[in-house]
Amino acid sequence: MSAPPVAAPQAQVEKAKKKAKPVSRQRLSFGQRLRRDWPLLLMCLPAMLLLLVFHYIPALGNIIAFQDYNPFVGDDPLEAFLYSEWIGFGNFEYLFKNAAFWDSVVNTLSITAFQLVFYFPIPIFLAMLLNSIMSPRIRSLVQSVVYLPHFFSWVLVVSLFQMMIGGAGLLAQTLRHAGYTPPDMMTNPETFMFLITSQALWKDAGWGMIVFLAALVAIDTSLYEAAAADGAGRWRRMWHITLPGLRSVIILLLILRLGDALNVGFEQFVLQREMVGREAAEVVDTYVYYQGIAVQQWGVGAAAGLFKAVVGILLIVGANKLAHRFGEQGIYSKS
Amino acid sequence: MSADTAIRPRRTSLRPAWEEKPTLIGQFGKGTILTLVVAAVLIPLWTVLVTSLSSEKTINEAGGYVFIPREFNPSAYVVIFSGGQVTDAILVSTFVTVVGTALSLVVTVLAAYGLSRPGTLWHRSILFYFLLTFLIYPGMIPSYLVVTGLGLKDNLLALILPTAISAFNLVVLRAFFMSIPGELYDSARIDGAGELRILWRIVLPLSKAVTAVVGLFYAVGYWNAFFNAILYIDRNDLQPVQRVLQQFILAGQSPTSSGTAVAIPGLGSTMPPSLAIKMAVVVVTIVPALIIYPFIQRHFTKGVIIGAVKG
Repeated sequence: MSAPPVAAPQAQVEKAKKKAKPVSRQRLSFGQRLRRDWPLLLMCLPAMLLLLVFHYIPALGNIIAFQDYNPFVGDDPLEAFLYSEWIGFGNFEYLFKNAAFWDSVVNTLSITAFQLVFYFPIPIFLAMLLNSIMSPRIRSLVQSVVYLPHFFSWVLVVSLFQMMIGGAGLLAQTLRHAGYTPPDMMTNPETFMFLITSQALWKDAGWGMIVFLAALVAIDTSLYEAAAADGAGRWRRMWHITLPGLRSVIILLLILRLGDALNVGFEQFVLQREMVGREAAEVVDTYVYYQGIAVQQWGVGAAAGLFKAVVGILLIVGANKLAHRFGEQGIYSKS
Repeated sequence: MSADTAIRPRRTSLRPAWEEKPTLIGQFGKGTILTLVVAAVLIPLWTVLVTSLSSEKTINEAGGYVFIPREFNPSAYVVIFSGGQVTDAILVSTFVTVVGTALSLVVTVLAAYGLSRPGTLWHRSILFYFLLTFLIYPGMIPSYLVVTGLGLKDNLLALILPTAISAFNLVVLRAFFMSIPGELYDSARIDGAGELRILWRIVLPLSKAVTAVVGLFYAVGYWNAFFNAILYIDRNDLQPVQRVLQQFILAGQSPTSSGTAVAIPGLGSTMPPSLAIKMAVVVVTIVPALIIYPFIQRHFTKGVIIGAVKG
C-alpha cells in the first residue's frame, strides 16, 4: 500500500512528456511515419475488422428500414437486400400508426421513470449505509456477497426468481404448507413493474454501489471532523457533507440514465414477455425482435430499431448538453 | 484516474474521537438491513444447492424445494454429466467461453497497445472509430441478417464473433498501457526490440492484473450468452447452458420462435426432469461465475474497475 503514492507523480511527469512529444513527430513526413508506425496500425487491424463486420456494417444495414425487405428475392441477405424494393418511409408510416409500437414505447418510458424512483436511489443508500459500517470485515463480506449477482445471466436471475416466488416456488410452497394461498407474483401484469425492478435490484444494486463507494472514500475526512467540532450531528453532516460529496456522481449517472431512457434491458423482458403478456412486458427492443424476426416483417422491425437508435443518439447528446449545463463533465467533451 | 481512491489507506475500524457513539436503534437497523440484503442473495443460491443434492424422496417429503440439508446425493449431477443435452451444453459453453475469451483478449490487447501512444499515425481517427461504437449501435435485425448472411447459422462462431470486441474493455486496457513509463518502451526499442516483443516482454507482464480482469469480464459475457443462441443456433446439440437452463426452468414461457424442445438427459423425453436435475443445471451455470469471482474481486480494491468506471 506504500508504493502507489510514489507512482502517481511519476505518471503525471510521463503525461507531461507525452504531451511534448507529438510536436517533434509532426516534422516527419507521412512516409516516415508510416514506416515507423505500421506495426501499431497492423495491431489495430483485427479489432477494426471485427467491428466493421459485426458492428458498423449492421449499423449501416439499418437502411433496410426504407425497404420492403424480402429475404426470398435473393440467395443470401446481401442479394435479397439488393433486389428488395425501396419504399421510402412506408415502414415508418406503418410503425407510427401501429398501436402496439406506441404501447412498447410507453412501456419502456414508464419502466425508465419507475426505476429512476425505485431503483436509482437504492445503490446510493446502500453505499452510504455500508460506508458507515466501521468493521472492515463486515464491509468486505457484504460487498463480496452483493456484487456476486452482477455476474449472473438474466436467464439465471429470472430462473431464481421463478424458483423463489413463482407459482411453484419456495415461497408458494411454504405458504401452501401453512394453509395460505400464495399470491401471483411472476405472471401478474399489474405488478410486473415491481417484479422487474426487484429483479434488477437483486442483480445490480450491489454492483451499482461501487461508483458511490469510491466517491464516498474520496470525501475529505477533515470536513466531517470540522463539522462535528462545530456541533453538526450525524444527520446534518450527511446532508451538508456526504450528499454534496456525491452530487457530481449522482448527477452524472442520472443524466446517463436519461440518455439511455429507451434501453431498459432486453433479455429480462424477452424471457418474461410470454409469462405476463405483451401489454405489460413489451418494450421497444422486444417489439423489434417480435416484429422483425419472429413475425418476419423485417422492414418494420428495422424501422423500429432505427427509430430507437436515432432517438437514443439524440437523448445521449441532449443528456450530455445537460451535463455540461450543470458544470459536469458528461460522457464526452469537446476537445 | 484511480490514484486518489487506490492509494488511500483502508479506513481502520477505530472510530474517530469526534464521531458520536452509534445509537442502539441505529446499529440494530443497519444490522437488519444488511442481513436482509445478504440473505436475499444467499437464500436462493443455498436452496438451489441443497435441492440439487437431495434425493427424490427428500424432495417429495419437503413438498418441493429443500432448505435444510439432510443428505449428500449427487445422483442428479451424475445424470446431467453422463451424456445428453446438458453435457453437450456444458461442452458448448466451455468451448465458446475459452475460445471466445482467448480471441477477444488477443485482439483487444493488440488494439489497445496499438493505440497506446498518442502521436502515431492516424491515432486519433482510429481511437474515434472505436469510441463511436458507444454511440452507434447495430440494429438487431441488420445484425441478424449479416451473421446469417455470413453462413454462421448453427455455427458456434456466431456466439463468439459478434461480441468479440468491447470498446469499453479496449479503452480500459489502453488507459493502463498508457500509464506505463515511456522510458521502458524507449530503452527496449534502443535494444532492438520490435513492437510485438515490447508488448509481450514488457507491457503485458506489467499489466497482468488488468489484462486478467478484462479477460474475466469477457469470459463472463461468453458464459452468460443467451440471446444470440436463440437467434443463431437451432441445433439441439449446439445449445449453450443458458439456453438449456431457460428450457428447464422457464420452459413453456419462453420465446420459441426458433427454439426446439430440449430432450431430457437420461430420461424419456416425455417426462419432465426432476427438480433435483433442474437444480443441478442451475448450479452448473453458476459455478463458473463463482470460481472466477474471487479473482475479479481481488482487483476491486485496486481501483482497476473504479478507474474504469470513471472513464
